[in-house]
Amino acid sequence: MQHLIFYSFASILLFTSMMVIIVRNPVRAALCLVLSFFTSAAIWLFLEAEFLAITLVLVYVGAVMVLFLFVVMMLDIAETPLQEGFTRYFHVGIFVAFVITIEMIAVLGASHFGLGILPSPIEHPEGYSNTKALGRLLYTIYVYPFEISAVILTVAIVAAITLTLRKKKRKTQDPADQIKVCREDRIRIVKMSVASPQKDNEEVES
Amino acid sequence: MIALSDYLILGALLFSLSIAGVFINRKNIIILLMCIELMLLAVNLNFIAFSYFANDMAGQVFVFFILTVAAAEAAIGLAILVVLFRNLNTISVAELNTLKG
Repeated sequence: MQHLIFYSFASILLFTSMMVIIVRNPVRAALCLVLSFFTSAAIWLFLEAEFLAITLVLVYVGAVMVLFLFVVMMLDIAETPLQEGFTRYFHVGIFVAFVITIEMIAVLGASHFGLGILPSPIEHPEGYSNTKALGRLLYTIYVYPFEISAVILTVAIVAAITLTLRKKKRKTQDPADQIKVCREDRIRIVKMSVASPQKDNEEVES
Repeated sequence: MIALSDYLILGALLFSLSIAGVFINRKNIIILLMCIELMLLAVNLNFIAFSYFANDMAGQVFVFFILTVAAAEAAIGLAILVVLFRNLNTISVAELNTLKG
């Protein structure tokens, strides 16, 4: 039963990731990528990484892939000219991927990492919480990397906003200009004789 | 029971599929970014599989950090993509030859 579920999820994952790389439409590729993330979250649940599986669904499917879809739909890209090099590098791409797969299977196969070498670990007791164990590690041993990752996220926010912000005219005050202002910029004293305007007025009236 | 090698081979297949995607979709930066995400997913799968079979939580902590960095990378990459499209009106990799010496 467990094998059936695992292999069905694995085949869905491989199929959708293949669809991601061969499909022509970027929106369809993004949707296939959503499905493959979701499926791999299910596989992570098999490995008792419940917190990370939920995080994958929330962060990736909920935020990153929505961002991808948002950008893909906003950019309005023509489909056909983007795939011109599709067949040109198709053979070498397939060849490289095939060789990598063969090598990795030779290294990671059942003779080195099978159940005989690394048996399945012992079952955890009933009240075991993966989230609690992960949190205990994150907030004690790994607290500095945890804070650094927070800094990385802040830098990412600032960088993304700075990159995409357009410099356009807004109704905002510039404090530097406000401080820099002096009297000569604002008022202009015009010297004129007292009598002459009256004379001008009389000339206009007459 | 499912052996560790099954998970590792699944991760290897996923990784090589995404490498093939980088080779095949050389015209479209968006698909290239998606292939990078798939590669990170394969790496995360390996980390979690080893963490489960070695009974060590450190692997899951690493996956947590990889997820964080990948989210930041996706956000910055897409921002660069938007700026690129605004300036060049294309996202084809072949058009990005301004820095060619």
